[in-house]
Amino acid sequence: MTAYLAHFLVMVAIYSILALSLNLLIGYSGIFSLAHAAIYGIGAYASALAALNLGMGFWGGMVVAASVGALASALVAIPSLRVAGDYYVVASFGLQVVVLAVFMNWTDLTKGHAGLPGIPRPQLFGFVIDQPFEYVFLAAGFAVATWAICWRLTNSAFGRVLQAIRDDEIAAQAMGKNVVLVKIVIACISSALGATAGSLYAHYITYINPSSFSLHESIFIATLVILGGSERLSGPIVGAFLLLAIPELLKFMAIPDTIAAPMRQIIYGGLLVVFMLVRPEGILGRARHGR
Amino acid sequence: MAAEPAILSVQGVARSFGGIQAVDNCTFDVQSGLITGLIGPNGAGKTTVFNLITGFLSADQGSIRLKGKEILGLAPHRVERLGVVRTFQHLRLWNKMSVIENVLLGCATTAGENVFSLFLRAGAVRAEEQRALDRAMEVLRFFGLVDRAHELAEDLAYPEQKLLSMARIFATDAPVMLLDEPTSGLDSESIDRIVPMVRRLVDHGKTVLLIEHNIELISELSDQVVFLHQGQVLAAGAPAEIMRDPALTEIYFGV
Repeated sequence: MTAYLAHFLVMVAIYSILALSLNLLIGYSGIFSLAHAAIYGIGAYASALAALNLGMGFWGGMVVAASVGALASALVAIPSLRVAGDYYVVASFGLQVVVLAVFMNWTDLTKGHAGLPGIPRPQLFGFVIDQPFEYVFLAAGFAVATWAICWRLTNSAFGRVLQAIRDDEIAAQAMGKNVVLVKIVIACISSALGATAGSLYAHYITYINPSSFSLHESIFIATLVILGGSERLSGPIVGAFLLLAIPELLKFMAIPDTIAAPMRQIIYGGLLVVFMLVRPEGILGRARHGR
Repeated sequence: MAAEPAILSVQGVARSFGGIQAVDNCTFDVQSGLITGLIGPNGAGKTTVFNLITGFLSADQGSIRLKGKEILGLAPHRVERLGVVRTFQHLRLWNKMSVIENVLLGCATTAGENVFSLFLRAGAVRAEEQRALDRAMEVLRFFGLVDRAHELAEDLAYPEQKLLSMARIFATDAPVMLLDEPTSGLDSESIDRIVPMVRRLVDHGKTVLLIEHNIELISELSDQVVFLHQGQVLAAGAPAEIMRDPALTEIYFGV
């Protein structure tokens, strides 16, 4: 039971990192991305491959993961964010599709559908973190650090510029803000943080394959952000906790698997619809002013 | 005109949209420390000239120099950093942000806007943010908006929003301020509040170029007037001279 709870909390922490980092784009910059699962996957594959092929440890692998994640995002962001409007949604969708195709088809490197087994557990001061409850502390530590980084970014002059760009890009330009550069920077930071979640996941499960990083997963992460409330820093964490708790609660209801899986989809879909209608700002979102 | 070289010099600028020549061989100077009024009937190209100066539009030909340096073709944020700021006819305030945040976005916060110094030079960032806050309050005091500092921009009355649109660009320290119809849509009481404000900008070392429709106001406010018609400068000079010119009054008033 403890192991079960620990596993749940590790996954909440990992998804909190994903949702917090995606919210830097969706909530704070008004940039919608459909590539966050791809970035998550890039982080997982980069650090797994660094460990398996180069013998790098967890920490080194995480640095590689964050760098490759930021780089992949920059490659898409630099051409598409120069153009105003919603091109990034399309470009990020493209990134998602291409990255998943690479995971599946570059079999020499990624072993395709078979995936990569035997990813080593992280070590901290010579101590191997291989118990789920130990991993809770590691993952929660990273979630807190991600929260702190997001807090610093959004509660600063930089965060003010992000909000100004989100609300009126032309006014921001007229006030001397380099809108394109700021958007590229925030896309890279968001991806670097999202990739660390992939690294945490790979070294936790010790086996990865492409199915964990599909477009569905991207949409799921975006759902965490929107349901939790994109206008508050901790909204995505609430979203992650609730949406991961739903399938666990279904398990306790002794519903057969054949029904539970579609049930889960129905509940997610139903929740999204209800929230769009009743509370579009999300669970923790601020109520709209003057309405 | 004045012997002193102009702070802002527009030379032979042209810009067309499809078949329409919005601005055509437009040439005028803006003298430092003065208020220059840009007038002309609707469609004369006044706002287009603003967009050309501030980098929001590219020109087909010509040159725009700020203190002798070419600024035509630069991105808007580069033009701002070199010292030209503007307001918009439709204000473009950050409505969901507070009044003081709107002004803070004009204050110098280079360290706080840099992600690296944000994490590596926390002390410098904090000191800079404090200076920016002090500066923002000082600017709000100057514009009489101090007691609205923490309200949302969208909750201000329209005349106050107009003041805020001037306040946030005043905060930038850019010497040249372009004001797009600072009094449009205001009642006479509010106009009486804005006009002395524009004068005080000059007292604080600013150079002002403004678009204005109210002819009386222009004569009262401007040190020099540039009369634009069909994208060309028909006349430039002291307001009294311009207003006496029967050809111009005919174009303007259609009489």
